[in-house]
Amino acid sequence: MPNVMIRHNEGKMTLYVAKRDQEDEIASIEFNTDDSWGGTIELTDGTKYYIDPLDAPPKLPITLRAKRG
Amino acid sequence: MSVMSREETEALINEVLEVYPAKAKKDRAKHLTANDHEIEQSKKCITSNKKSLPGVMTIRGCAYAGSRGVVWGPIKDMIHISHGPVGCGQYSRSGRRNYYIGTTGVNAFVTMNFTSDFQEKDIVFGGDKKLAKLIEEIEQLFPLNKGISIQSECPIGLIGDDIEAVAKKSTAATGKTVVPVRCEGFRGVSQSLGHHIANDAIRDWALDKRDDDNSFQTTPYDVAIIGDYNIGGDAWSSRILLEEMGLRVVAQWSGDGTISEMELTPKVKLNLVHCYRSMNYISRHMEEKYGIPWMEYNFFGPTKTDESLRKIASFFDESIQKKAEEVIAKYKAEYDSVIAKYRPRLEGKKVMLYIGGLRPRHVIGAYEDLGMEVVGTGYEFAHNDDYDRTIKEMGNATLIYDDVTGYEFEEFVKKIKPDLIGSGVKEKYIFQKMGIPFRQMHSWDYSGPYHGYDGFAIFARDMDMTLNNPCWKQIQAPWKADAAEEAAVAASA
Repeated sequence: MPNVMIRHNEGKMTLYVAKRDQEDEIASIEFNTDDSWGGTIELTDGTKYYIDPLDAPPKLPITLRAKRG
Repeated sequence: MSVMSREETEALINEVLEVYPAKAKKDRAKHLTANDHEIEQSKKCITSNKKSLPGVMTIRGCAYAGSRGVVWGPIKDMIHISHGPVGCGQYSRSGRRNYYIGTTGVNAFVTMNFTSDFQEKDIVFGGDKKLAKLIEEIEQLFPLNKGISIQSECPIGLIGDDIEAVAKKSTAATGKTVVPVRCEGFRGVSQSLGHHIANDAIRDWALDKRDDDNSFQTTPYDVAIIGDYNIGGDAWSSRILLEEMGLRVVAQWSGDGTISEMELTPKVKLNLVHCYRSMNYISRHMEEKYGIPWMEYNFFGPTKTDESLRKIASFFDESIQKKAEEVIAKYKAEYDSVIAKYRPRLEGKKVMLYIGGLRPRHVIGAYEDLGMEVVGTGYEFAHNDDYDRTIKEMGNATLIYDDVTGYEFEEFVKKIKPDLIGSGVKEKYIFQKMGIPFRQMHSWDYSGPYHGYDGFAIFARDMDMTLNNPCWKQIQAPWKADAAEEAAVAASA
């Protein structure tokens, strides 16, 4: 259950794992609409994380608890 | 020897690794690679931020070095207590040449060493009382200090002292910021975790002190310089460029910085991060909590400085962008003459680097401006995100080494035969005795500043001074030189 920070970095949405000092681009987010945001997040290198869906797209950057997806 | 091909570089790595036992060889092989521009993520080609192998020479430091020495140490109006035995503080005292303005011992304390000097009884009965007394004494002797940070050395964590409680009590008694930093040396694999711990301590104990206080007059052009430690005056030569283009530098982190500057940083409009490795943590925090964007910049060499100034200006309105162009134009004649003078003397020379933090990738541009080529580079304590950035900067098939061992570095140098090496003081005399020009790139070999256009002139002069020093021709014993010449004559006959 790492803490991950999701932010915009030069136009791309990235996921940063503080514990590992790793920042990778997000390839896809399962739910990305006005009324739900989150779910399984897949990075460009294939790693998956799961974030409990939020009711609305958050203001980035945001730190969230993620599970291995 | 010109640039090596990928096969040659890989063969060299294999050859050097040959002497290790199988297990060590397997481990070390992951830390060495030939650069490949096609790989976008460094984790596919290099492993980093792993524990050094027992039995090899490493030049890494510890978490205490990362916190006390790098992040907290340069904050000039705070007193940084090396809490624990006397040696850690004393032997690292004043080593990084973090320049500052102030009267040492009155209102600035960077080059002084404060320690609780742990003895056996402190280990047995705990050192909290001693620490509280030490803080009281500091208040009496140095009343102009603006705060205290308690930098834990290894025993503090081992015996489980409650330095947080002492810090809270002292803050209540004196009203000054007292920051406990849990940067015991055994934490993590290198100084890198010390940077992280120090950043977190700033976040938790210092950064939010003036959140509710809006008395500070802000402007739309406020910026903070983050991760510039003012080595030899680096932050000053960066600061003048930013001020010339119309920005207001509110804070310097942490070279020549103060605690009040740090408390004001959440009020700036943009954080400029020079050393990504040691200060990205706090920048990310400020982005999330205060919505302050941050960007990495590079002030080594005119090409990168131009690029960075333009990129910084792009965050602001057109008046700043116009002024940035004016600044670049103003200094162009100056750096063109520097390049005209030194480039012919340095053209085509090969450089190998092995440093920490940001320099293994940031100085590449400065060398290229002088017509030199970086043929090998490596970090002491980088993480994958540093190597992601390095891959783009380095030439294809050049050598990249992570936490290189003393043996490997020497062997690489023997085979690649660079014209100049830039690394730390522990490597300096080995390579100088091997007859290779060397610059100590941690504290600019007692020179500097190297940042900005003014710094580039000094950088170029230093490189020329080192490389073209007549002493390198005197390295070989005269009878050996004669033998070599005779052999050459005989061969040509």
